[in-house]
Amino acid sequence: MKKKQKCACSIQKTPLRKLIYRDRHLLVMCIPLILFFLIFAYLPMAGLSLAFVDYKPVLGIGGSPFVGLENFEKVFRNPFFPRLLKNTFLIGMETLVWSFPIPILFALAVNEIRNRKFQKVIQTISYMPYFISIVVIVGLLSNFLSPTVGVINQVYSAITGNDPISFMTEPKYFRTIYVVSHIWQTFGWNSIIYLAALAGVDIALYESAKVDGANRLQQMIHITLPCIMPTIIIMLILNMGNIMSVGFEKIILMYSPSTYEVADVISTYTYRRGIVQSDYSFGTAIGLFNSAINMMFIVGANWFSKKFSDTSLW
Amino acid sequence: MKRKTKQSFSDRMYMIIVCIFVIICTFIALYPMVYTLSMSISGAEHVAKNDIFFFPKGFSTQAYELVFQDKEIWGAYMNTIWYTVVGTVLSVVLTMISAYPLSRRRFFLRRKLMLFVMFTMYFSGGLIPMFLLINKIGLYNSRWSCIMPYLISAWNLIVCKSFLESIPETLEEAAAIDGASPYTTFARIFLPLSKPIIAVMTLYYAVGQWNGYFAAMMYLPDADKHPIQMYLRKILILSNTQSSMGGSSMGGFERSLATQQLKYAVIIVTILPILAIYPFVQKYFVKGVMIGSIKE
Repeated sequence: MKKKQKCACSIQKTPLRKLIYRDRHLLVMCIPLILFFLIFAYLPMAGLSLAFVDYKPVLGIGGSPFVGLENFEKVFRNPFFPRLLKNTFLIGMETLVWSFPIPILFALAVNEIRNRKFQKVIQTISYMPYFISIVVIVGLLSNFLSPTVGVINQVYSAITGNDPISFMTEPKYFRTIYVVSHIWQTFGWNSIIYLAALAGVDIALYESAKVDGANRLQQMIHITLPCIMPTIIIMLILNMGNIMSVGFEKIILMYSPSTYEVADVISTYTYRRGIVQSDYSFGTAIGLFNSAINMMFIVGANWFSKKFSDTSLW
Repeated sequence: MKRKTKQSFSDRMYMIIVCIFVIICTFIALYPMVYTLSMSISGAEHVAKNDIFFFPKGFSTQAYELVFQDKEIWGAYMNTIWYTVVGTVLSVVLTMISAYPLSRRRFFLRRKLMLFVMFTMYFSGGLIPMFLLINKIGLYNSRWSCIMPYLISAWNLIVCKSFLESIPETLEEAAAIDGASPYTTFARIFLPLSKPIIAVMTLYYAVGQWNGYFAAMMYLPDADKHPIQMYLRKILILSNTQSSMGGSSMGGFERSLATQQLKYAVIIVTILPILAIYPFVQKYFVKGVMIGSIKE
C-alpha cells in the first residue's frame, strides 16, 4: 500500500531559507490547502476544548468555567449511553457482515461474463444507486414500505394474506432496512475494486487449469479467489476500522421516536443533544468520545493489517 | 469424450447460475428507479388504484406540469444548481492546485503537509465545534456555509496527488530546462494530462453537492436558500401524511393523488442530471477508485 520513501540526504544539508526560496512557487500553491485545513479541520479540533468546560455562549470557550472531566462523567452516566453504544456497534457490525461479501460475489459473477457489452451495461446499472442521494433513498424506502401505498406491503399482503406491516416504525425491522438499503446502494460501486483486481489475474493460470481438467467453478475457487484474496483482506481491514463511525446522515432521516431504541446511535444523539437542544459541552464530549473510539478501531485495524498482511494506512 | 461433455454440462450450469445471479442483482438495482419513473408518468387513475408494479400504465404528464409550475421546487432546484456549479468549480480547482505541490518529490514540506492532511481523515473536531465555528466566522445562514467547509476533501486530494505522481517527472524537468515556471508547468503540462482525474473529481464533488442536505439542515435556517434535497426531505420524509403540501386548489382526493405522483416526478427531475452524466465518466472510475484505495 505504501512504500517507504527515503528522504534525499541533501535535504538535511540545505538550509531552510534556501529551501523556502527554491520551493517558493510550490509554497504559494499550498496556501489555500493550509488555510482550508487550518480553519475547517484544525480549528474545530481546538474547539474540542468545549468538552472540558461548562460552555456559556456569552462567556466564550476561554471564559467558561473549566470543569475537567465532568462532561464525560455525564456522558457515561447518561441512561441512554449503553443503548447508544450497543446500537452503534450493532449497526456498524451488521452493515459490515452483510454488505462486505456481496460486492465480491457480484464482481466474481460479472467477471465470468464474457460478453463485453453485456458486462458494461450491467456495471453501469449497478453503479447507479450509488449516485442517488440519501434523502431520495429514505424517501423511496418509506414509500415502498408504507402500509397504505407501499409496493412491498402489497406483495406481502397478497402472498401471506396478513395485514400490511408498518415497517418504518417497527423497531425490529430497522436494522434490516438500514443494512439492505445500504447494500442496494453500494454493492455495484464497491465491486469496482474487485473487478479491477480480477482484471489483473494472469490468464495463463486458467489455461493450465483447463489442461488439468478443472471446470469453471473449480477455476473460480482455486484460481480467481486466491488471486484477489489480498484485495479482499485489505478491504476487510479498512472496513473494520470504520465499524463505530456510523454516520448520522441516513439514520436521522430514517428514524423516529418509535424506533429510537434500536436506531439511535452516538452521532444522532450528539446531533439531538448538541444541536437541537444546544447542549454544546455535553454534545462535544460525546462526540469526542466517539472520535476517540473510531481512532482506536482504525489504529487497531491498521496494526492488525501491518502484522498480518504487510499493508498499512500509514 | 464422455468426460468432456460432462464437464461442459457443469460449466453450462455454472454459467446459467452466474447469469441468473447477475441479472437478479441488476434488476434489484434498477427496479426502484423504474418504479419511480413509471409512477410519475402513469395515468392518475392507475396511481389511485395502486396497480403499477413495473411498467407505466396509461400516460400523463400532469405530475411534471405541477413540478414545473411550483415556484418552491424551482427555487430549490436553482439553489442546488448554484451550489453544485460554484462548489464543484472551486473544489476541483483548489484540489488540483493543492495536489500538485504534494506530488512533487523534491518539495521539502511534502511529508509534513501529507501528515497535516491525512490526520484530518482519521480525527475531526466533530459536529458541535464545527457548528460553532460556522457561527463564529459568520457563515451561519449564508449560502457559503454549504460550500466552504467542503471545498477540499482530504481523500480526493490524496487521489489527485497519487495521479499526479504517476506522470513522469522528466516532463517537469524538460519544462524547467525550457524556462517554464512551476505554475506554467502545472497549468500547461500537468493539467492537460490530468483530464481523467479531473473528470472523476468533478463528478465526485458535483454528486456530493447535488445530493447533500446536511449542511443546509445545520447551517441554513432560511428555506429560500435550501437546496432541492431539503425540499425532498420535506415532502418525502417529514410529511408522510401527504397532506401538507401543494398550493393548488384541487379537491382533497385529487390533490393527495397529485401529491403522490408529484413526489415521484420531483425525484425523477432531481436524479436525472446525475444519472445522465455518470455513465460518461464511468471509464475513469476504476482509475479513481484504484488510486484511492491502493496507494497511500
